[in-house]
Amino acid sequence: MDWEVIRFSFFHWESIQQVYPLLLDGWWMTIKLCLAVVPLGFTLGCMIATVHSFHVRMLNYPLIFAVDFFRSIPPLVLLIYTVYGLPLLGWDVPAFGAVVVAFTFNSASYYGEIIRAGIESIPKGQMEAARSTGLTRLQAMIHVILPQAVRNVAPDLTSNTLELIKATSIASVVALPELLRMGRVTQGLVYNATPLIAVAVIYLIMLWPMVRLLSRLERRMMSSR
Amino acid sequence: MSDTDTGRATGRRDPVVEALDIHKSFGDLEVLKGVSLTVDPQELVFIIGPSGSGKSTMLRCCNLLEQPTSGIVRITGEEITAKGVDINLVRQRIGMVFQSFNLYPHMSAIGNVTLALRRVQKMDAAAAEAKAHEALSKVGLDHKAQSYPSELSGGQQQRVAIARAIAMEPEVVLFDEPTSALDPELVGSVLEVMRDLRESGMTMVVVSHEMRFAEQAADRVIFMDGGVIVEEGTPQQVFRDTQHERTRSFLARVTDH
Repeated sequence: MDWEVIRFSFFHWESIQQVYPLLLDGWWMTIKLCLAVVPLGFTLGCMIATVHSFHVRMLNYPLIFAVDFFRSIPPLVLLIYTVYGLPLLGWDVPAFGAVVVAFTFNSASYYGEIIRAGIESIPKGQMEAARSTGLTRLQAMIHVILPQAVRNVAPDLTSNTLELIKATSIASVVALPELLRMGRVTQGLVYNATPLIAVAVIYLIMLWPMVRLLSRLERRMMSSR
Repeated sequence: MSDTDTGRATGRRDPVVEALDIHKSFGDLEVLKGVSLTVDPQELVFIIGPSGSGKSTMLRCCNLLEQPTSGIVRITGEEITAKGVDINLVRQRIGMVFQSFNLYPHMSAIGNVTLALRRVQKMDAAAAEAKAHEALSKVGLDHKAQSYPSELSGGQQQRVAIARAIAMEPEVVLFDEPTSALDPELVGSVLEVMRDLRESGMTMVVVSHEMRFAEQAADRVIFMDGGVIVEEGTPQQVFRDTQHERTRSFLARVTDH
């Protein structure tokens, strides 16, 4: 092993100096993607879980089908369909929008299942107490049930969010210039793999605080039990 | 079921609660087999009976937390079991206190009380808080307004739950075994609050095993067993001049321990 070769291939600092603006652009695109997808997926997930918990059969069957569908389809396949398929259907949506749509539906299915478990963990008396004061089912859900449900499944929600953020790198396949995509583009510019190392470091710096937060949350949940 | 008791002759005003021939089944199990209940303004009606007698179900039919299989419920003359009635509107006029308190654990005491004032009665924040402080004062817990349920004793939690119910200024409050989940030494404070409420003229329907309290405070005692009303009358009539054997054996069992 020639250390010089390894250094040139993976730790070529001069390459990064050359291309870091592109990497930052990619990082910013990833941030924008997450800022769109995480709140959208979470909100849609809350809505799915809420509708589900109302046990209206006519709504639940299509809902269960949709959730199963989006959980069974690999996100990459879904992504290809939305990015190349939606324009074919005459909806001229930009790549960013198509990616957001794909990840929103995919992640909402997972968020929805987690939040549903959270809702089911709340004692029946909470809904009854809220309803007895005249709150509608939806109001009770929003003000009484969901805040507690989300708190009860916070560790799972955080894990899912981490997974989602990492999964956005799949968008590089459909040429959305997010972090991984820009890593691969700049790799081609400098003829070495250093930008990919930089990409990994950026992901690490971005997600590390969340991983920490997650384990703290989990510890707090365990001790309060 | 032709011998349905349509309640006592009513006074000048409509009864606050009027439930007629209520039947309720869960699957094959018939829990209520034609129960009628009339509660006049300012009356305190006590419902006693063994577990499984249907007394809690009967109470929960009064604000339609349980939908009766058949029968009519009227609140101050308005038929709430009729089609097209906005039950959320009606429930503002019927407070309910639960065995397990059911306070919202993620909200402070005052948050628990103001939620429905804000969201149902659409009060602004200041008015709702003033109202909530007033209700918390009535149960002697205004100094705990900022405390969370987990920081309160069982008795205090139940008093906050009572404040939550009375802050809406209901026409009747339903109590579903309000002291059953409490340690014995905490029961007194809750009964004290209920006595104050009664003296302030609140109409109340209480499902409970607190026989002493029933004897002292109730206007009328109803003994239920097997989904029907077995015996009904003043505390004196039910506890002292007991007419039915089932009532007698129940009373013997509960006053034993």
